[in-house]
Amino acid sequence: MSDVVERTLSALPGLLGQHDPGAGPGGAGGPGRVSASSRLGSLIRSITALTSKHEEEKLIQQELTSLKATVSAPSTTLRLMKECMVRLIYCEMLGYESSFGYIHAIKLAQQGNLLEKRVGYLAVSLFLHENHELLLLLVNTVVKDLQSTNLVEVCMALTVVSQIFPREMIPAVLPLIEDKLQHSKEIIRRKAVQALYKFYLIAPNQVQHIHDKFRKALCDRDAGVMAASLHIYLQMIKENSSGYKDLTGSFVTILKQVVGGKLSADFNYHSVPAPWLQIQLLRILGLLGKDDPRTSELMYDVLDESLRRAEINHNITYAILFECVQTIYTIHPKSELLEKAAKCIGKFVLSPKINLKYLGLKALTYVIQQDPNLALQHQMTIIECLDHPDPIIKRETLELLYRITNGQNVIVIVQKMLDYLKEGQEEYAIISLVGKIAELWFIQTMNAVFSVGGDVVHSDIPNNFLRLLAEGFDDEKEDHQLRVYAVQSYLALLEEEDKLYPQKFLQVMSWVLGEYFSLVTDVDPEVILTKLHSLLKKTFVTSETKAWIMAAVTKIASHTSCSKTVDEIIQELSSSLDTCLRQYAFELKHLCEDKALMKSLLPFDASCSDLVVDASLSFLDGFVAEGLAHGAAPYKPHHQRQEEKLSQEKALNFEPYGLSFASSVSSSGVTGRQSPTGLSFGSDISGNSAETGHKETNTLKLEGVRKLWGKEGYLPKKENKTGKENEPQAVPCGSLLAGQVGEAPALRPEQGASLSEEDKEKQQLASTLFIGLGASAGVSLMGKADTATQKFKRKSKITETHAASNFDPLLDTVPDNVEDSEGSVHTGLRKGSPSSSDTVEDNLAFETPQSLRKSVLDDRISANRLSQSSLFADSNIEIFQPSSSAQCESASETPLVPSLPEELEELPHSEVVGLCQSDALALHLCKVWTDDSLLLIVFVSNKTTAALHAVNLVFEETEHFQILESATSHFPVIEAQSVEHCQKCVRMNKVCTQAILPASVSYQSEMETCLEFSVTLSLMDFIRPMEMTTEDFGKLWLSLSNDVKQNIKMSPCQDSLSAALDTLQQKLKLHRVDVIGNEGILACQLLPSVPCLLHCRTHSGMLALWFRSPCAALPDGLLYQCQKVMEES
Amino acid sequence: MIKFFLMVNKQGQTRLSRYYEHVEINKRTVLEAEVIKNCLSRSKDECSFVEYKDFKLVYRQYAALFIVVGIDQTENEMAVYELIHNFVEVLDKYFSRVSEFGLMYHKILQEILKTCCCTDLFLRQFFQPYFCYI
Repeated sequence: MSDVVERTLSALPGLLGQHDPGAGPGGAGGPGRVSASSRLGSLIRSITALTSKHEEEKLIQQELTSLKATVSAPSTTLRLMKECMVRLIYCEMLGYESSFGYIHAIKLAQQGNLLEKRVGYLAVSLFLHENHELLLLLVNTVVKDLQSTNLVEVCMALTVVSQIFPREMIPAVLPLIEDKLQHSKEIIRRKAVQALYKFYLIAPNQVQHIHDKFRKALCDRDAGVMAASLHIYLQMIKENSSGYKDLTGSFVTILKQVVGGKLSADFNYHSVPAPWLQIQLLRILGLLGKDDPRTSELMYDVLDESLRRAEINHNITYAILFECVQTIYTIHPKSELLEKAAKCIGKFVLSPKINLKYLGLKALTYVIQQDPNLALQHQMTIIECLDHPDPIIKRETLELLYRITNGQNVIVIVQKMLDYLKEGQEEYAIISLVGKIAELWFIQTMNAVFSVGGDVVHSDIPNNFLRLLAEGFDDEKEDHQLRVYAVQSYLALLEEEDKLYPQKFLQVMSWVLGEYFSLVTDVDPEVILTKLHSLLKKTFVTSETKAWIMAAVTKIASHTSCSKTVDEIIQELSSSLDTCLRQYAFELKHLCEDKALMKSLLPFDASCSDLVVDASLSFLDGFVAEGLAHGAAPYKPHHQRQEEKLSQEKALNFEPYGLSFASSVSSSGVTGRQSPTGLSFGSDISGNSAETGHKETNTLKLEGVRKLWGKEGYLPKKENKTGKENEPQAVPCGSLLAGQVGEAPALRPEQGASLSEEDKEKQQLASTLFIGLGASAGVSLMGKADTATQKFKRKSKITETHAASNFDPLLDTVPDNVEDSEGSVHTGLRKGSPSSSDTVEDNLAFETPQSLRKSVLDDRISANRLSQSSLFADSNIEIFQPSSSAQCESASETPLVPSLPEELEELPHSEVVGLCQSDALALHLCKVWTDDSLLLIVFVSNKTTAALHAVNLVFEETEHFQILESATSHFPVIEAQSVEHCQKCVRMNKVCTQAILPASVSYQSEMETCLEFSVTLSLMDFIRPMEMTTEDFGKLWLSLSNDVKQNIKMSPCQDSLSAALDTLQQKLKLHRVDVIGNEGILACQLLPSVPCLLHCRTHSGMLALWFRSPCAALPDGLLYQCQKVMEES
Repeated sequence: MIKFFLMVNKQGQTRLSRYYEHVEINKRTVLEAEVIKNCLSRSKDECSFVEYKDFKLVYRQYAALFIVVGIDQTENEMAVYELIHNFVEVLDKYFSRVSEFGLMYHKILQEILKTCCCTDLFLRQFFQPYFCYI
């Protein structure tokens, strides 16, 4: 210890005695006793004496008020302030905000003497958080203390920095702290390393340059400094293990020394040398040795040694062993070590000590992914743990089972999980477990999941479930069975009159009953109706659920001749307060009067057949014509009305245009899939706008739903599993059900000999749980499978493929906009599905149409940004891809072949065309359309055999165009027979459909010559697609004022909207934002960033175009272009 | 990583709390109440590790005093369990008697747990700085 410290220490007692004999344990005054006279002491004592929370609150508030007065009084001494601060800390710790004291804590740290400073720092680190603004005020104090000659002050400053420091101020202290790494006192070095570790955590980039010094710290002669540096290394290796492989040797040596007891006895904890240090090192080694046989080789010895040394029975050695086991199973395996580790796990798992058992299960869970055989060894223990009274152990066991779930044991494991669920845990546990169960699925389980998990179940799950039922599988008979089973089970569930079911479950029930009730022949529909009726009367049923029920009633009613219950329902609901229900009742009533219509409206089992929705409501044309003839006002679409209203009222309208679209997107996306509440009976008689066809419906949204469920259950799970369980795959699946009672795979014969009844049960459970694990597994199953399992037995791979190809319709319903520019991707996916070799990829693709779509779109967007050639990939603008033939051609014309520089070749560009030529030189031009500009590349080729001097190219500024940077280019010399080029970036200043950009070139050969030429630029050279969402479009639309409308006739060959949109998109580079029914919206921008929005609607052979833009001339220009391309095509 | 360190008495009153991740002060009270409820409800022969939300609680009882540490999934429960004991041993050595009394614990805790990781605790080294601070 240095002199300074010693002197400080010796001074302390006096200091303390002098200042404050009461508060805080004096260094010399006998540790640990807070004096009775201290105010903190009395505060604590009075709080402890209180019995109710209310009293405590009162007391603390009182205390805080008095403290507030004291700390803000100018007469308060620092000593008193320190005393107050201590009490404030206590109050804040009890959960009472004392923010008025924060600033005083900082002041105290700034101004106090050692002890006061210490309390100030402590208070700051407890009160403030990383982003607190007051923290900045501390920086100066820290800097000052870091420079102090008093070691204690330096220590304090370093301590606070390692706890809390504002990230942006790191540079202010970093050099000071770096210096401290060379300090002579090890405590300072250690604290400096800890502070740097903190910096590394919050701002890794700032300490990058001191990595070398970390290495020095790792080799520090003081073990404390070395240990502190390990934290940094653990973190760094976690992020990038490959960069530190060379340190493996050092870590191994350190661990060897620690394990060998080379450290001083001070480091021992219960005679185990530096246990936490060992754990840290083992973790580092695990990270380094992962998937790296060579590095792993280095550490086998020391791991073996660690295992051997940690044989004392003490908790801390168990902790070390656990870490060892994890490391051994993480690094490249060595059988000898694995064996020892497995033994270790066995010891843990079998231990009567509950904490150890927990640790063992945790280790087993980790290990089991690498080596499922280990589970077999311990299967009986696992079974016992399953029934352990401690729910935590149970949960850990379930976690373990979850990892070994396969097709054959899924039923038993799910059952176990459900049992656990029924014991009623906190919500968080339910959510996580329900998620797991959902992956391991069958109907009965789903029922249980729904009723237990209730409304916390994610809405995807019921939707997926219904879709699975509706779409069915390849086998009609099985589908039938499945549906019948579902209907029966729901009827049975509804039998119990007063049971409360979650809303989602009721919705699922009513949908299934409505859709498939007729499959069950032995039940009178009247019975079902009665049940639904009684449900409708229940108060706990929400109106959303009631709507589902009504839809079911309607469906059932259509297949029964008049029913009393239906009449009753109609009567009751006709006077319902809920307008939605009333509407349903009236619809039902009218339908009941016309059975034939009802039958055709609600065909049986048509949930999968696509309905053709006449969104234009053309069948109402007659009605409209009649109305108009009688003097009715023509219908205006909603947004038009809104517009007009807006312009009349001159008021702000906050209703975004996109809203009506957004709501209609969802419903039109469901291309006619019959869904419970989505039955539109065409009651809106309001003309021929698309909006009416798309009233917001509360449909079962099948489109956006991820395809999670397949024939076999949860699809992604299956994908993962196919690799893992090659073994069971090969086993004939019949064996699962055949009821062959053979010997359970891993049961040892001697075990079976003397089995009590209970043990037998357990073994049976074991064999069902662990089936499918290990090499000999999967041959037999003792448990009898029930009927439900029959339907869900594992199928061979081929069936799976069929199931996959069944999902085809899904992609067909992906909205059109996906198809536009990457049609190839789309069809590629569709074609891919039937080939069994690609099953995995296909399935994956089908599972996530949503994300697929997203990613495809993303790809497209990024592709647009990155490789510009795709920008115009589908447009027919001539993209000149230099082919050999083209080059030959041009070569025959002129000996000099101008070609684009490489970096521009990638971009979309026009052909190189001749501009003008004289005897001496020729000019060629190429337009390059980049994302944000139009580049004109002018090639100047010298045709003569002598060099040309002082070639000047000048573009004239016109009112329409602006040349960015400079309008002239100067070539001092162009060698004989060579080509030079220059590029000009052009903007359109004034909108015009086409204009000429005049230019001239002058050069010096024998005499000064000047050539004039011009470049024709079209509006379309400056138009780029504009990516945006429908919502953005809506907002922007309303904000734009200049609009132009025009109806143009569509040629017969492209009478559909999509054909028209394709044309516009391809030829005019418009971005297709969305298509809804017979309306489409497109967006583009005039460079640099003037948007123009286009709304198109088709009706009776006409295409109504409606442009809007902030620039008045732009819509006209674009309209002209549109007319042109539409005529051309 | 260690998320928080709590000392609670049997009545469920917090005696000391230290958070290594910023938690709103009013949320702390709620969290503490739940954590305490979770730990106090467990019997002695149940295991000392509790799953709570997305993290784990490791607790240890000393007479009327519970020490609860919240850790994330990467931490070794047993090591933390022993760390608690180490902490108590140090307290015991320094204060001669571990009671419910609490502020000075903070300073010791600050030494043991730096930046929310368990650092090795070396008694010798520990006391050196500690004397410096007082």
